[in-house]
Amino acid sequence: MAFKIIVLAKQVPDTRNVGNDAMKADGTVNRSALPAIFNPDDLNALEQALQIKEKNPGSEIIILTMGPPRAADIIRESLYRNADKGYLITDRRFAGADTLATSYVISKAIEKIGKYDIILSGRQAIDGDTAQVGPQTAEKLNIPQITYAEEITSITKDKITVKRRLERGVEEVECTLPVLLTVHGSAKACRPKNAKLFMKYKHAKTPTELQTLDDDYLGQEIKNKAFLNIEEISLDDLDCDLVKIGLAGSPTKVKTIQNVVHTAKDSMKLEDNDDDIKSLMGELINNHTLG
Amino acid sequence: MNNVLVYCEIEEQKVADVSVELLSKGRKLADELKCKLEAVLIGENLDVFDKMVKPYGADIIYKAEDKRLYPYTTLPHTAIFENILEKSQPQIVLVGATSIGRDLAPRIASTLKCGLTADCTDLVIGDYTDAKSKTEYKNLLYQIRPAFGGNIVATIVNPETKPQMATVREGVMKREIVADDYNSEIISIDVKNILDKVNFAVKIIERHIEPRKVNLTGAQIIVCGGFGIGSKDGFAQLKDFAKTIGAEIGASRAAVDAGFAGHERQVGQTGVTVRPKLYIAVGISGAIQHTAGMEESSQIISINNDPEAPINQIADIAITGDWNSVIPKMAKYYREQSK
Repeated sequence: MAFKIIVLAKQVPDTRNVGNDAMKADGTVNRSALPAIFNPDDLNALEQALQIKEKNPGSEIIILTMGPPRAADIIRESLYRNADKGYLITDRRFAGADTLATSYVISKAIEKIGKYDIILSGRQAIDGDTAQVGPQTAEKLNIPQITYAEEITSITKDKITVKRRLERGVEEVECTLPVLLTVHGSAKACRPKNAKLFMKYKHAKTPTELQTLDDDYLGQEIKNKAFLNIEEISLDDLDCDLVKIGLAGSPTKVKTIQNVVHTAKDSMKLEDNDDDIKSLMGELINNHTLG
Repeated sequence: MNNVLVYCEIEEQKVADVSVELLSKGRKLADELKCKLEAVLIGENLDVFDKMVKPYGADIIYKAEDKRLYPYTTLPHTAIFENILEKSQPQIVLVGATSIGRDLAPRIASTLKCGLTADCTDLVIGDYTDAKSKTEYKNLLYQIRPAFGGNIVATIVNPETKPQMATVREGVMKREIVADDYNSEIISIDVKNILDKVNFAVKIIERHIEPRKVNLTGAQIIVCGGFGIGSKDGFAQLKDFAKTIGAEIGASRAAVDAGFAGHERQVGQTGVTVRPKLYIAVGISGAIQHTAGMEESSQIISINNDPEAPINQIADIAITGDWNSVIPKMAKYYREQSK
């Protein structure tokens, strides 16, 4: 049985490797100092999709991402790993969206893409850590959700069995299709890029990228090959209620943002010698900090 | 009356710690807003849970009982919770940031088209003026949370939509008993009519929940190791020391990612938040995402090779030296002097 799988993926700033240059002097985030990467949990989700495709020949993997034009990288990265097709939802009018407005637009794009069996996404993105867009997209599409998925143990035409990773254990659940799964970071890591697929797809471009391509010959070559064309979805392509998108459609408003600055405490400095450590331990015992 | 409502999670025959902590926070918010505190219990055989909720000052307890409601599954719980929210019309809804809360809350917020802020580290009542429309809003919930990997702290408000929803991790709020015999009104929900219309799409086949082995949030003394510990063996040494002084052992995200310690020991923004009497940070540089989870400890001792390590900025006592040399000395002088 062949399945149609949609993978939701996001390009995120790599907040895990924040250096001293991550914040500007005025306290705002210096985005240019952080590399843009494939959100880690979304790669775990892609791997689950690839495994379904391997076991079920004829299955199709569609990558759906939302972001600025450069987020097309996410689609290419997925094509290099054997995804079949990608859509980039991009439009300035979607900017400033919180999770509610984002999930609304994603659900509209999914409706446009058409029938599907499974939607997979990472559990959460490392820039916001909210874990909300997956469940909210499922609600908008009126389908069940399985969050914290670690492994798809079986899938047939009417039933999927999934192992979930919870705080203190595991749970195995089954569900009818279609369903949305959010995949936990503990799931199997995604396979590396495939060299052949890299050669095949390295020139895959969105219409926006084609416009700025200097090489006319290459541009024509890309246009002639359907598989090298990454589709863009803008507001005009979707049947969206304008009050539900972007900043206007976002009930959460950012009131203030503060840079985290620790004011240095007047700390006692000790050295690694017997006198210092002996008196420290003596004091901790005497003041009953240590029993 | 628009009240403050807390979804109480049930695990292993008790109300989850995070839910009790949220009831305590909710009680304070309700006092400030001069409204009532409401608690929601959804599950089976709920009678034993009343007494775990009442002491924290719940004025109203909504109870929805059915054997199909335990263990938690998404669609039945959301259907019941929606029904309760419709009855209650709360102004604020608080949910634990657990695998259950983070499954339920976004789905509900999507149905109600209201704002939801994940993993708040503080909740405060305050006013807000919209920058564009100049509209003023009184007594909103400031939902304060770290963002961007913990490098910034954002204050979020939901001025237009109700309820204002937030999730909070375990250990962030303090539990405080109001009165053991607090008088709570019980409202039972007629679940049958709701569940008849629910899609029971997800079925639980098997469940293995292990009792909690590590209790970091309840520990008075924590010895926490970082990437600087260098290996699993290093952590074993640190564990011996922790045992000597009666401490629980924690780990930074870098140490967990490197495989030196398990996830259940992770302290920090993406792990647990702790506030022990004494926190000993060993080989931890002090990234903001770590300090966000421990800076409220009563006393902090850092042991680091680098006198300029950021952790020293929040430490009460900074020991400069190799942990391999400092820790044995600490153990030795503890044994000598504690007798």
